[in-house]
Amino acid sequence: MADAAHSPNDHGHDDHGHGEHPPHLAHHFDTLHQQFEAGKLGMWAFIAQEVLFFSGLFAAYAVYRYNHPEVFVYASHFLDTSLGFINTCVLLFSSLTMAWGVRCAQIGDRKWLITFLWITILCGFAFMGIKYVEYKAKWEHNTLWGAGYHPNEEAIEHAFSHGHGKDHSDSHFTPPQEPANVRTFFAVYFCLTGLHGIHVIVGIGFLFWLLIRSYRGDFSPEYFAPVDFVGLYWHVVDLIWIFLFPLLYLIH
Amino acid sequence: MSHEPNGYPPGDNYLNRTKGFLSWITTLDHKRIGVMYLCSVLFFFLVGGTFAIMLRTELLTPKSTTQMPQDTNYKGQHEDFPQKFLFEKDTYNQLFTLHGAIMVFLVIIPSIPASLGNIILPIMLGAKDVAFPRLNLWSYYLYIGGTICFLVTLATTGLDTGWTFYTPYSSSVEYSHTNVIMATMGAFILGFSSIFTGLNFLVTIHTMRPAGMTWFRMPLFLWALYATSIIQVLATPVLGITLLMLIVERAFSIGIFDPKLGGDPVLFQHFFWFYSHPAVYIMIVPGMGVASELITTFSRKTIFGYRQIALSSVGLALIGFLVWGHHLFTSTQSNIANMIFSFLTFFVAIPSAIKVFNWLATLYKGSISFQTPMLYGLAFIILFTIGGLTGIFHATLSTSIHLHDTYFVVAHFHYVMMGSALIAFIGGIFYWWPKFTGKLYSDNLGRIAAVIIFIGFNGTFFPQFVMGAKGMPRRYQNYYAEYQPYHRASTYGSYFMATGFVLAGFTLLQSLVRGKKAPPNPWGGATLEWQTPSPPPTENFYHTPVIDDQPYNYDRQTYLGPEKGWRDDHYAHEWEDMVAHHDIAGTGNGNGQTNGNGH
Repeated sequence: MADAAHSPNDHGHDDHGHGEHPPHLAHHFDTLHQQFEAGKLGMWAFIAQEVLFFSGLFAAYAVYRYNHPEVFVYASHFLDTSLGFINTCVLLFSSLTMAWGVRCAQIGDRKWLITFLWITILCGFAFMGIKYVEYKAKWEHNTLWGAGYHPNEEAIEHAFSHGHGKDHSDSHFTPPQEPANVRTFFAVYFCLTGLHGIHVIVGIGFLFWLLIRSYRGDFSPEYFAPVDFVGLYWHVVDLIWIFLFPLLYLIH
Repeated sequence: MSHEPNGYPPGDNYLNRTKGFLSWITTLDHKRIGVMYLCSVLFFFLVGGTFAIMLRTELLTPKSTTQMPQDTNYKGQHEDFPQKFLFEKDTYNQLFTLHGAIMVFLVIIPSIPASLGNIILPIMLGAKDVAFPRLNLWSYYLYIGGTICFLVTLATTGLDTGWTFYTPYSSSVEYSHTNVIMATMGAFILGFSSIFTGLNFLVTIHTMRPAGMTWFRMPLFLWALYATSIIQVLATPVLGITLLMLIVERAFSIGIFDPKLGGDPVLFQHFFWFYSHPAVYIMIVPGMGVASELITTFSRKTIFGYRQIALSSVGLALIGFLVWGHHLFTSTQSNIANMIFSFLTFFVAIPSAIKVFNWLATLYKGSISFQTPMLYGLAFIILFTIGGLTGIFHATLSTSIHLHDTYFVVAHFHYVMMGSALIAFIGGIFYWWPKFTGKLYSDNLGRIAAVIIFIGFNGTFFPQFVMGAKGMPRRYQNYYAEYQPYHRASTYGSYFMATGFVLAGFTLLQSLVRGKKAPPNPWGGATLEWQTPSPPPTENFYHTPVIDDQPYNYDRQTYLGPEKGWRDDHYAHEWEDMVAHHDIAGTGNGNGQTNGNGH
């Protein structure tokens, strides 16, 4: 959506008959306000698109959960709720710093804008790092999708022995009966979190782009649209996780 | 008024402002991007059309095979049928798959919005460009990326899943040995091209209308594109995620659609049609917009029921989201769901009929001139009515199950997609051709081509209704000899229609070489694009126009002869600009003789 911010460069005569243009006003808009409104609406339309893009996977979740609730109750034990919780906090905090960054851009506080962008980026990396730890555990436990689902004993014990205390001997531990097709849960889990992860990575890329532009001093109280739009995107990515966390980790 | 508005030399326009291949592929000008889309779409129309002709040729004769021995023809006489006519059955499967996939994803979906829409939408709005010119160019590159994926598929293994990519056939490497991932990747990328075009148009219409152009003073083509954009932005991502899941399924056996891994193949059908039914409206609604423009312009009469036509476009867009289940009547969907979807599907008839009746009312007592674009406009009304009415057969559960997967369905959607959407596209090209090329084509040749296409089209697809109702299944290479007369009629019809398309193409190409210079307004159109030179300058207008009326006011126009076209009193200011800029043939000041309705 940043396109609106750039002046098209293939027109031979750049400032024909338009008088003085603000530097960030593209040639085909009359005012910066119109340009901002266009960008904002474009971003919201893009967000609507994003929501529907994810909706397919949420629908798959709903269908399988409705048809096989026992699979979801059983399989969600394999997910690490505390890591999921930490990640939720990390993302929520990053949304705060992002929003604060947008505010700094609006009032022209370049130093704090840069600081908040850095914090947001670090939160993004922290989220992906924790995600990596979780994925790695799934890989080691053989709790993957499709044919990759054949959990080893360690995985099952890890999933179901919580609450029994660590000092219980193995003989006391009897895992619940496994329902059929638990692998479907992991198919949905990896698709949803994987796609979300890709969105986080793309978001980090956009944040770096903002960072470069802020160091360059592009933003001012008159022109802060890109920060605002990337902020919207970042909040949506956050929001999707806010749905993923309870749906996958918490609902038993 | 200065003699050279904006200081540009006479003859300057968007085609000659900059030159060279590089200036085209890096352009941010919506008109150039539209022209590039137009060329690409027409190229793939040729490819997909060639496949269609190959299919029809194969279907000239029934075959006698070990599975289906037959030795008497439809007259009951003995006849030795060949075991194979032109193609192996696998080749045949690939031909109809690629015909469908190319025509849907590469031709019809981008046809009117991305090519004509790109060229015309900002001009109709009096704007200098779309809201996001750079995103617009990106959309075109994504389109090219998608076409490359399809071409690679075509050049390597082909594709034999049918254009619908139904699972588990498509998702399992054991079943389909063709390069499904490459093709679905192509469709995925094309989907995003379409989303970004829709997003661009949506924002442009919302934020860049000129002074005085309220929502209900917008030309109906813009209303149609607006409704289309909503569908593109909201439905296409669902196709995106569906194809992504299919790709992941095929590549990593993730088990969402594959029943062997606990997945649900029917879920794919739900997802696919949640997009692909609205996609039908992505195809037809812009066509309706073009038809509205053609019919009002060539009737020289304000469109009848403007608001109803405008809102029925949006109505179609919304209803389109609620009827996907009618593609699953035979796919284990529950009876309750079938009844609900059947009920909802009938609602499509309301906005469709509103449009048709309003077009007819516009024609009534209009001053109709049968120029080439108008012939396509009239063909659209007739063919869309047939296509729409046969849709009711499919909405009705009892008949739909009987007609499921027969040639009746094939004929129905060709009447809608080709007879309506593509005919409107061709009509739109003939309508706006003088505007964006600056050349007039031979109206007589264009009219002959239009008539041939219309007759050929009905010759091709009407027999398919009959044989479909008699039980001929779709997608089969072989058939019982009793169907041969219909197949023959259909094939000969398709040859006739192809001749028409060749002639139409010749007409347009000839105009580029030998055509006369087009006046700004050759047809007497009332919308804004006719108030600027043909071809328009890069910024579309010398001065941003102001709107003070509904879009179809023909009362203030004067015909100044074939060289000068029509002059609109309200836009006298623009006319003076064009005279000053030598965009209008001759040297007069534009206040020439009044010929009234001089056609």
